[in-house]
Amino acid sequence: MNITELTLTETLEALKRKDFSEEELNKAYLERAAKLNPKLNIFLEIKKNSCGIPAAIKDAILTKGMKTTAASKILSNFLPPYNATVINKLIEQGISILGKTNCDEFAMGGSGENSAFGSTKNPWNLNKVTGGSSSGSAAAVAADLCAFALGSDTGGSIRQPASLCGVVGLKPTYGRVPRYGLIAMASSLDTIGPITKSVEDAAQVLEWISGSDGYDSNCSDTKFTLQPERLTQGIKGLKIGVPKEYFSEGLDPEVKKVIEDAIKKLEEQGAEIVEVSLPNSKYALAAYYIIVPSEISANMARFDGIRYGSARADFGPEIKRRIMLGTYALSSGYYEEYYAKAAQVRTLVKQDFDKAFANVDVIVGPVSPTTTWNLGEKIDDPLTMYLSDIYTISANLAGIPGLSVPCGFADELPVGLQILGKQWDEETILRVGYAYEQATEWRKEKPKLSF
Amino acid sequence: MKLTSDQIKHVAKLANLPLTPDEEEKYSDQLSKILEYVEQLNQVDTSDVESTFNVTGQSNVMREDETTPSLSQEEALSNAPRKKDSMFVTKGVFEEQ
Repeated sequence: MNITELTLTETLEALKRKDFSEEELNKAYLERAAKLNPKLNIFLEIKKNSCGIPAAIKDAILTKGMKTTAASKILSNFLPPYNATVINKLIEQGISILGKTNCDEFAMGGSGENSAFGSTKNPWNLNKVTGGSSSGSAAAVAADLCAFALGSDTGGSIRQPASLCGVVGLKPTYGRVPRYGLIAMASSLDTIGPITKSVEDAAQVLEWISGSDGYDSNCSDTKFTLQPERLTQGIKGLKIGVPKEYFSEGLDPEVKKVIEDAIKKLEEQGAEIVEVSLPNSKYALAAYYIIVPSEISANMARFDGIRYGSARADFGPEIKRRIMLGTYALSSGYYEEYYAKAAQVRTLVKQDFDKAFANVDVIVGPVSPTTTWNLGEKIDDPLTMYLSDIYTISANLAGIPGLSVPCGFADELPVGLQILGKQWDEETILRVGYAYEQATEWRKEKPKLSF
Repeated sequence: MKLTSDQIKHVAKLANLPLTPDEEEKYSDQLSKILEYVEQLNQVDTSDVESTFNVTGQSNVMREDETTPSLSQEEALSNAPRKKDSMFVTKGVFEEQ
């Protein structure tokens, strides 16, 4: 048995059966990480544990006594004096932190290239980006360097790298998982969620990390509970919406074909496919790039170089760009034109989903308009980079949950199917994801990594 | 709309962000392009539309006014670049120090 290929669920079962010990489990992952990390640049720090189930944690999530840099030069020596709530919740479940993962600096970016510590390489092709911003977390799961990972998603930062790396990524409903100890980016959209080897694993991790801690006033008291019989009941009779706007220009024809095949597969499983319309989704990206930089300019004000971190000149280029954009959009004379307008358009984006979900149970489509691209290809053109988030950001504006599930390959590179659900209804998107995963063999595909 | 060099300097000052002349030039170009893209929001009729700032519908979430354990002074200061007599050292307000 190859221990590191097991899913989280399989690992938990194997440990219960005493197929191997926690010590052997940790040794297997640590050995693999030691061999592969120098090539992939996934972990910024590795901790040598001998017990616990090894998880990889995005470096924007605080870990007590373990350096947390948000992949920024400004926090390169930051040692958090406390744990994020999600970390405490995982520790209670017997999870250990194997490593802190590389990401776009302060979670701002869609390729992993905005890290102050170098880009993470895509395990499927080392010349390509992983997507981002949870670049190292997605790559760690794809390369079997952890049993599961945590990422954060403000505009697609869990789903998009999961899609580009061929793994499962779940962005929970905004307010499902407490964010205490997540370094804030855009507070009205930030979420923490799992990146995993299977849909069942994602449901398991969500159960572990959900539920209020009293430190995040937007977090719901209602925990997500994994009910295996509901997850595995199949999708016969479910109504699945397909937004016509997600299949127009800009979508790579190869990716489109893979997604259409996946939708056929869902139909074969007994679901009813219905066309829906999200007419305001074409404005979502523009609204997002006003709202998010505005909130960023406020959140980043805390980095004053007095209480922690170095001087503000040490922010990377994307951080400075977004602070500048947000400060401009909020400045006197421009607030109404930009921020107030974007907040109204956000309402329309949300209402589109409300209308669509009155008739369907979930909405499916692509996660990303393309598969992964070459390192360096878009780095000098921020707007082109932003356009790669076109299908993921609407869910953040509306606060609804979204899942990325591996659904095939285009030119030998992974493609993810996005499944969006009603607010607080992670259960149904996981159920659809599970049914799809069981009906196909995609999750058994692994990148060929030679040492 | 192209942002002028003066506008960029003004915004950088508001944001307390030291920029090099090269950065000023680069951001002037890039922000102008992004703002041009964002202009499409003006095509949307929002005359009777409420704003959305929070999607959970929660407001005024309160807790009991009780003291609970928090970070010790030592922990709170543990990452400070400069500290003196168990306090943060800040820049002078009235003069450069």
